[in-house]
Amino acid sequence: MSEEVKVFGAWGSPFSRRVELALRLKGVQYEYIEEDIFNNKSPLLLKYNPVHKKVPVLLHNGKPIAESLVILEYIEETWKSNPILPEDPYDKAMARFWAKFLDDKCLPALWKAGWSPENEREKAVEEACECLKTLEGALNGKRFFGGATVGLVDIAANFIAHWLGIIQEATGHELLSAEKFPHLFKWTDEFVSCSIVKESLPPRDKLLAFFKDRIAGAMDAPTEASK
Amino acid sequence: MADEVILLDLWSSPFAMRVRIALAEKGIEYESKEEDLSNKSSLLLKMNPVHKQIPVLIHKGRPVCESLIIVQYIDEVWRDKSPLLPSHPCDRANARFWADFVDKKIYSTGKLVWATTGEVQEAAKKELIGCFNVLEGELGDKPYFGGDKFGFTDVSLIPFYSWFYAMETCGNFNIIEDCPKLVAWAKRCMERESVSKSLPDQYKIYCFLMGLKKKLDAK
Repeated sequence: MSEEVKVFGAWGSPFSRRVELALRLKGVQYEYIEEDIFNNKSPLLLKYNPVHKKVPVLLHNGKPIAESLVILEYIEETWKSNPILPEDPYDKAMARFWAKFLDDKCLPALWKAGWSPENEREKAVEEACECLKTLEGALNGKRFFGGATVGLVDIAANFIAHWLGIIQEATGHELLSAEKFPHLFKWTDEFVSCSIVKESLPPRDKLLAFFKDRIAGAMDAPTEASK
Repeated sequence: MADEVILLDLWSSPFAMRVRIALAEKGIEYESKEEDLSNKSSLLLKMNPVHKQIPVLIHKGRPVCESLIIVQYIDEVWRDKSPLLPSHPCDRANARFWADFVDKKIYSTGKLVWATTGEVQEAAKKELIGCFNVLEGELGDKPYFGGDKFGFTDVSLIPFYSWFYAMETCGNFNIIEDCPKLVAWAKRCMERESVSKSLPDQYKIYCFLMGLKKKLDAK
């Protein structure tokens, strides 16, 4: 059955990479369209996501879906191989809870802590560490948040596994250390070591250069454009 | 069995209202435990240690938190009656997208309308009407967001109808003038017993929000 699957994304966006990872995990072929989210969003993107005007957008047989977590649930319901959500409603609710926690609390706190000016840093770091501590507890010694295999929460936590370490290197401030968060630290390794995950991550040096430029240019937070 | 389902509840919370509506739509018997957010119960702190917030649904002793996650859980466990999410993945994604839009926009913007004054309030009023107009665009001529049946997006939005009197009084405007379709939709939803029994009287909410506003102003 030929079906048209397209992803409108941005190379450096953890949110659009989530969608690509989920499609790859399920063996779904797709066409990728890179958007210039900072300077020149395409008319197609604006047509397919008129409400938020952001990446990622999944286009399946001409129908657009926006918001990465909504897209992930759609992918799960449409392509049944390699499930990323548990079947049991309670376990599913827990996975959704952690994915929402990541998006609503964790990622904003980590982002803020990464880029805070000196005088705000202590409080921002404290909040970020609280989030990481909560995640450490949620992982509960499992190999992945999803258990034995990568699931929705692992995919949603991709920022922590890859982007966070690079931001730490660019800024010189450490948030996620093996000493403070041993299970979460180990998880980042397990996650990026999966070959399918590795293929779906942006190149480290390119991201590092991007973040170093950001520090030099002291831009406003780009996450709004890329979510 | 009422003791199987417990809701850690708050009469004035739009998020708790969502859960009450869902439970009523499914005809589920439950025990409602009213929380005092200035003095949170040990049960709440135990069942929602991450956010320490209501609503929390406790089903067979296990907690489910976050209102839209709870509504989806309810829909999946009690799947044989009054489905709230449609069956096709495309339609489900659409319902989730719009519920997410409500979550991102309506609470924070609406709050600014009843809690602030001056320029901030004017900007918030404009943004709120803008958001309502977007929602009206999505609603179109359908009776409910999902079509003929009351569903997930309706559940996510209708609790904020209980704020209308407060917002209109504080903001000195009439939402029906700019958003007639939305108000018609809201009145249609209010004809459902699950909704009318779950939403408090708008004047009662107004008094409550004004009390909150005083506390916020004092800080």
